[in-house]
Amino acid sequence: MSAVRLSQELYRTGPAALSWPRQVVSGWWYQLKMQAQSGFVVMVSLVQPLIFASIAMADQQAGNRTLPLLYYALGAGIMGIWSTVVFGCGGALSWQRHQGMLEPLVMVPAPLVLVLLGITLGTATVGLYSMGATLLWGWLIFGAHIHLADPVAFVVSAVVMVVALGLLGLVMGASFVLYRNANALSNALEYPVWLVCGLVVPLSLLPGWTHYLAYVLAPTWGIEAMRTAALGGDPWLALLWCVVASLAYLGLGVLLVGNVERLARAHATLTFQ
Amino acid sequence: MPPAALPSGEPAIEVADLRRTYRTNTGTLRRRRLEIEAVRGVSLRVGAGELFGLLGPNGAGKTTTIRVLCTLLLPTSGRVEVLGMDVVERARDVRRQIGYVFGGDRGLYDRLSALDNLRYFADLYALDPRRQRRRIEEVLEMVGLKGRDKERVEGFSRGMRQRLHLARGLLHDPPVLFFDEPTIGVDPVGAREVRQVVEELARAGKTILLTTHYMFEADSLCDRIAVISKGQIVAEGTPQQLKAGVTARTVVEIEAYGVPEQTIGRIRDLPEVDSVTTEVREQAQLLTVQAREGSQLTGRLLQLLEGVRVERIAAREPTLEDAYVALVTA
Repeated sequence: MSAVRLSQELYRTGPAALSWPRQVVSGWWYQLKMQAQSGFVVMVSLVQPLIFASIAMADQQAGNRTLPLLYYALGAGIMGIWSTVVFGCGGALSWQRHQGMLEPLVMVPAPLVLVLLGITLGTATVGLYSMGATLLWGWLIFGAHIHLADPVAFVVSAVVMVVALGLLGLVMGASFVLYRNANALSNALEYPVWLVCGLVVPLSLLPGWTHYLAYVLAPTWGIEAMRTAALGGDPWLALLWCVVASLAYLGLGVLLVGNVERLARAHATLTFQ
Repeated sequence: MPPAALPSGEPAIEVADLRRTYRTNTGTLRRRRLEIEAVRGVSLRVGAGELFGLLGPNGAGKTTTIRVLCTLLLPTSGRVEVLGMDVVERARDVRRQIGYVFGGDRGLYDRLSALDNLRYFADLYALDPRRQRRRIEEVLEMVGLKGRDKERVEGFSRGMRQRLHLARGLLHDPPVLFFDEPTIGVDPVGAREVRQVVEELARAGKTILLTTHYMFEADSLCDRIAVISKGQIVAEGTPQQLKAGVTARTVVEIEAYGVPEQTIGRIRDLPEVDSVTTEVREQAQLLTVQAREGSQLTGRLLQLLEGVRVERIAAREPTLEDAYVALVTA
């Protein structure tokens, strides 16, 4: 559905459009409720980030890295959120299809983009387990000094980051609706984003051409904002870029999902068989 | 939600020359494109307030037809309208006016309670938040799940799941309902309860399109029935009209032990025989032979069954099931 068609829909739907925020929040809440109870999702968002956080922090303590422990704990936490989004969006939509849920969700009058948005935002929020776990792990095991230079900016950055990752998940989710095996893509997407966004190593260590990729990925700006808010500096410009990239994802997601829904109905890919 | 206005005499559901083809690839090294024509020119009209049955064997095209009507599939060609709205062009408007209830275990969030499942879909159907609680209570009461609504769905029996499917389909009080084999796999008591709800909905003036494998269900519930076979409608009428099509026939049931395949083949080859179906009942076989009336069929059958232990042989009145078998095996 193009932006023009979306606005026409909004005009024609009238009061029903007032229920759109409620539909997103409802999807977010029930997705969060289900995923938070999934042992697999909790493992993905806890175990892997803790391993990466441990390696980076042990390396720092051995004197091989110069940045504070908090820098690495935050990076590992965001890595965990991204893993949860990548696996969660792919897994959640494949699972919805497997469970026969994709058809009832497509069949509701609410725009599919809002239904998917609730699911991907819920998945990204579950990823906050990672952030909490890596910070706690760094403090307990490695004695990381958890002092946030600007707590308000940090919380705002974390919320914006989760929304940005959820919106990036929405763009991916469009392909997951169309192709039954698209969740296999999720494995291929995990590591490149970690690297390109500077979650594992500072961006300055990567080749110049990767920076262009990094600039269009919201997590690059999100982690920059969170790290600056935590360690000191002005996070707001990075945060602004994160919001701009997120809005671009939302636009792209709206465009993609409308077309993908039509293609899925044409190719009969809403069911598992 | 009030029903959409429909000029009197207009059908609530209208399908004209619907075709739906699935394209798939096969082969590993030599990829070959396959086209499967699931629905081949189906046309039907369902009047407002009518309970219409769609009968057919597996793979006949029933579910494909329902999915097109429910806006889940695009037709390859043909015109499909619900309450005068085209399902391709006005999919979202159609979705507001229809409910889809399908059979089986899937299609519910197992990790959520029944109440949460309904609350989520109530939001997706944009039910007024002030009305939501009362409406959820009403549908829970209607399907007999009141008191169990706070339990997680993963602990529900097949029958309870089916009733929850029903409750979800009714949440927004749609004027048109599609039931795709709603009693499949449900125990007899549960199935009877589902049928009672369908009857109540029909009495309340809902337009219902129902698919089922159970002939007695179609016979007792439906105002009219269409039989679909190999993607085409092969008969349409009231249950009485369809039965009348086979009243000029003789149906003979034979309960026997160890009937050889060749003997069944010889019975099938008799000139007056239209169809022979076999069913295993514990140790015995039940052969149902449909033939044109007037023939001395029983005697000829006993001749062919010489040497076989025949427990029972009897001619009986044709049923809707016989009419169905005759139509789909023709």
